Amino acid sequence: MTAWLSHFGQSLLATCIGVLPIAAIIIGFQLAVIRRPLARPKQILIGMIFVLFGIAFFLEGLDMALFPLGKLMASQLTTPDILKLAYGQAAVWQDYYWLYLFAASLGFASTLAEPSLIAVAQKTERLSGGAIHALGLRLAIAFGVAIGIALGTFKIITGTPLYFYIIAGYAVVALQTWFAPKAIIGLAYDAGGITTSTVTVPLVTAMGLGLAGGIPGRNPLTDGFGLISFAILFPAITVLAYAQIAAGLSKLRTSSKA
Amino acid sequence: MFKNRFSKQLFSSFRDLLPILVVVLVFQVLVIQQPVPDALRLLAGAFCVVIGLTLFVLGLEQSLFPLGESMANAFARKGSLFWLLLFAFCLGFSAAIAEPGLIAISEEAAKIASQGHILADTDADRSRYALGLRLTVATAIGFAVLLGAVKIIRGWPAYGLVLSSYLAIALFTPFVPAYIVGIAYDAGGIATSTITVPLVTALGVGLSSSIKGRNPITDGFGLIAFAALLPIIFVMFYGLLR
Repeated sequence: MTAWLSHFGQSLLATCIGVLPIAAIIIGFQLAVIRRPLARPKQILIGMIFVLFGIAFFLEGLDMALFPLGKLMASQLTTPDILKLAYGQAAVWQDYYWLYLFAASLGFASTLAEPSLIAVAQKTERLSGGAIHALGLRLAIAFGVAIGIALGTFKIITGTPLYFYIIAGYAVVALQTWFAPKAIIGLAYDAGGITTSTVTVPLVTAMGLGLAGGIPGRNPLTDGFGLISFAILFPAITVLAYAQIAAGLSKLRTSSKA
Repeated sequence: MFKNRFSKQLFSSFRDLLPILVVVLVFQVLVIQQPVPDALRLLAGAFCVVIGLTLFVLGLEQSLFPLGESMANAFARKGSLFWLLLFAFCLGFSAAIAEPGLIAISEEAAKIASQGHILADTDADRSRYALGLRLTVATAIGFAVLLGAVKIIRGWPAYGLVLSSYLAIALFTPFVPAYIVGIAYDAGGIATSTITVPLVTALGVGLSSSIKGRNPITDGFGLIAFAALLPIIFVMFYGLLR
């Protein structure tokens, strides 16, 4: 228990140090430039303490439970046993189907648990007066991350160059932008950046580096990074698609009513 | 009232975490066919995550969201473009520079670079490389938030800037050493994290709701996208110049 407490204390301290520069900037500008007292300073302070403790608890819990297990499982899923290989047989990319499924499910599930996304989605629902549904938005983003991470795993296994995928994906986004409802575009572009946060980044980075180290012929230096950029890109595609489908459906409904 | 909201949020945090637990357990038991190692630890960890998520979401509504919006408001009323842009840059820079995820990843990148003999194998070289990477990313994010503020004030649509950054990245990538490309592409996503995202969102929403003729949904978003894209360009330059 005392060991845990000191470890928790360290996470809390690291979180506080991380927030220090922003706090300094905000307080500095508030005092020197805006020169007006903050509204409800006590509420903000208490809220901030909640945020700091929340992040520390969250990271501590991930460290304790999910990260070690996630890494272990990604490496177990590349063993010959799981791939059902005969002795000495080399794996081809089709043999890794459990790994793709695992990557996709983990990407999907970790997106749903992403704290910043939960907060931003709730805020968006309120701002849009309920027109954008918080859970619908999160599910669309989670699907995007799932597709992105699975494709990223395929990229690591085959060793194909990263920018090929990313540029093709960007071309799709550009095309969708042309047709999508204008109001959703900013949010759709932001989706990937919002969701690559506390859970997704460490989990996915560890998985990428582990895979690139574990699969024969791959080098962590050139193949290990890049999974996050898949997780940034694909939510833009799925959110734009979600908006188009929603707009199409509502048009269909109004035209059938008329 | 607060107690009620707390328990409500506690329940939805649990619901949010459930999918991860299901994925991990299903794969462990059905595919890998091994018992779950240290099940008690897993439970305790999951409990911590639920508590942490609850505190974070509740605290955010009380602190960073109203704070960011009220500051954006105050700057909009003050009407000084210079101070607003300086604030935007500093906010982006300071949020990224101390981001734990970015610190961890740049150290990892330095370690890998020195194993790949791109760096000399000394601690001093590695920490210089890691710090350089962090400063590059933080500067890029500072500029991204600044650009986002300009975009909202001018009412530019997000897609012009985003699509032209895509184009720049696509044209630039073939000329950059291969080892930096993956890190460059990931850097922005890594640096836009727990504190940055709510604060920058609040800034965008606050700014677009206090400027006449702007709509928070249509104009307020897009800042995070810049913060994910600009670091790609900046880090590729870092890889070229180093």
